[in-house]
Amino acid sequence: MINLLVLPLLIPLVTAALLIFLPKSIRVQRAVSVVSAIGTLAASIVLLLTVKDNGIQTVNVGSWDAPFGITLVSDTLSALLVTTSSLITLSVILYSFRSIGEARERFYYYPIVQFLLVGVNGAFTTGDIFNLFVFFEVMLMASYVLIVIGGTKIQLRESIKYILVNVISSALFVIAVAMLYSVVGSLNMADISQRIAQIGSLPILTVIAVLFLIVFGLKGAIFPLYFWLPGSYYAPPVPVLALFGSLLTKVGVYSILRSYSLFFYHDQAFTHELLGILAIITIIVGCIGAIAYWDVKKIIIYNIIIAVGVLTFGISVATEESYMGTVFYTIHDMIVKAALFLLIGVMIKITGTNDLRKMGGLMKKYPLLGWTFLVAAFALAGIPPLSGFVGKLLIVRGGLAEGAYVGSLIVLLSSLVVLYSVIKIFMNGFWKAPKDYPGEENQPVLSLWAPGALLVLASILYGVGAEVMYPIISQATDALVHPAIYIDAVLKE
Amino acid sequence: MEILMSIVIGALFASSVYLMLSKSLLRIIIGTGLLSHGAHLLIITMGGLKRGAAPLLGEKAASYVDPLPQALILTAIVISFGVTALFLVLAYRAYQELGTDNMDEMRGNEAND
Repeated sequence: MINLLVLPLLIPLVTAALLIFLPKSIRVQRAVSVVSAIGTLAASIVLLLTVKDNGIQTVNVGSWDAPFGITLVSDTLSALLVTTSSLITLSVILYSFRSIGEARERFYYYPIVQFLLVGVNGAFTTGDIFNLFVFFEVMLMASYVLIVIGGTKIQLRESIKYILVNVISSALFVIAVAMLYSVVGSLNMADISQRIAQIGSLPILTVIAVLFLIVFGLKGAIFPLYFWLPGSYYAPPVPVLALFGSLLTKVGVYSILRSYSLFFYHDQAFTHELLGILAIITIIVGCIGAIAYWDVKKIIIYNIIIAVGVLTFGISVATEESYMGTVFYTIHDMIVKAALFLLIGVMIKITGTNDLRKMGGLMKKYPLLGWTFLVAAFALAGIPPLSGFVGKLLIVRGGLAEGAYVGSLIVLLSSLVVLYSVIKIFMNGFWKAPKDYPGEENQPVLSLWAPGALLVLASILYGVGAEVMYPIISQATDALVHPAIYIDAVLKE
Repeated sequence: MEILMSIVIGALFASSVYLMLSKSLLRIIIGTGLLSHGAHLLIITMGGLKRGAAPLLGEKAASYVDPLPQALILTAIVISFGVTALFLVLAYRAYQELGTDNMDEMRGNEAND
């Protein structure tokens, strides 16, 4: 079963290709999408268990031995992220049935979601820096279509800015890869790491590290490069927003984590310091946005930026504990962000507005939705025993141990702001006097609520079962702290 | 030769930045095209502009060119071609729908929503 790690890429790819030929039969599209998403999830869970028991799995595509060919590498970290992405995609597909609308379904919505999953899973799995660029492009191409599908005015307007930003960042990615190639003469990530270790610390490597930070920071939305995110993510409908918010930014964060732990860990004085400062400013900017708005979508969108800041802070500290916290928190944040987006999507469907001031009193009629939202909100803020707590605890402890007191304090304080911002949604949306909303009886609330609840359940299990997850996470962290494990697995024999 | 190429790449980047900073959507798209051209030239320059035989074993030459940068450029050209095509279609559709190609009028503020 050496080809197991190709399955989470192959299943969505084949499904997408198949679905393109069936645009008119929506029922078939839905059925095939769900079956394939479940298949992808099952394959990735099997992959995760295999990696946990047998160590890092690799496939040399076309039987060209590493470092000459393209290598796909699945270590515990990437298997974990692939599993999480597949789970989120499954819930979003389930949510889309009753919410995305027939017009979008006819225009290749489901195949594009599958293509997005190919790109995301590929970016997590690949062990080749140029192949990472290619999977970024697969993912971005799908996201360009998803952001504009439906063709409303705001979508067209925002998609142009989104594409422009990403075209520029792709060009920068190519430039960064070219410069790295000219210095080390390899594209295989394990081989690059080995050669950088031999070269030692050249000043040009710091330049390349910062260039990669700009590229991945644009995707992941860290401080000066986040400007496009609130506007662009606001435009598409909620299921697409949930996919983008939970998956796309995390791909950027993962790439920073991978490149900074595998390539640029020798000379940390400048790069990691820079990353730490940017992370802190990112958190602050996100906090300001999360407090400022009365629009539910905007509030959660700014919460994405806060989470990215917390994660990059964990990466910048670069100790075993903070890496472990980062891995823990990444998975938590992907699940719970997607859940929150889906739940506020239900609120928007019921009330017909994004504006919190026009909502109110949902608790009376929809108690289940209210309680689910509250649990998700607490999980996001990191209240124990829910899933946000463990990751944040480890990140803060790692930060304090390294003497990064300001950053750790900001991370802690940001939890309060996160709590305030989501409780603001809860208090204004679910409390207050009940109101009647036109057309609320026609909304399929229960079937919209279920996918969100599935993710909240996953988040609870992840938090309560932290004990079970701990060995897996710590295995994922080992490969980050000791690049030799990763290198040996890829370049064996 | 490398220096000449660097100047060309710099000129391409400069003009693409100039174009992308303008307000007209079409100029912006041309700017992204020039930007990717610059990036592709940069790859081939970074790989080293060596003169040598084609990288085939039967050539028995003293030196071979590095095939990898060319493979990278080929991939990057295809991708940027696809993105530019999509971008152009989208710009046309946006022009039809929004009635403008001026980025100033596409700001996301209350007046435009």
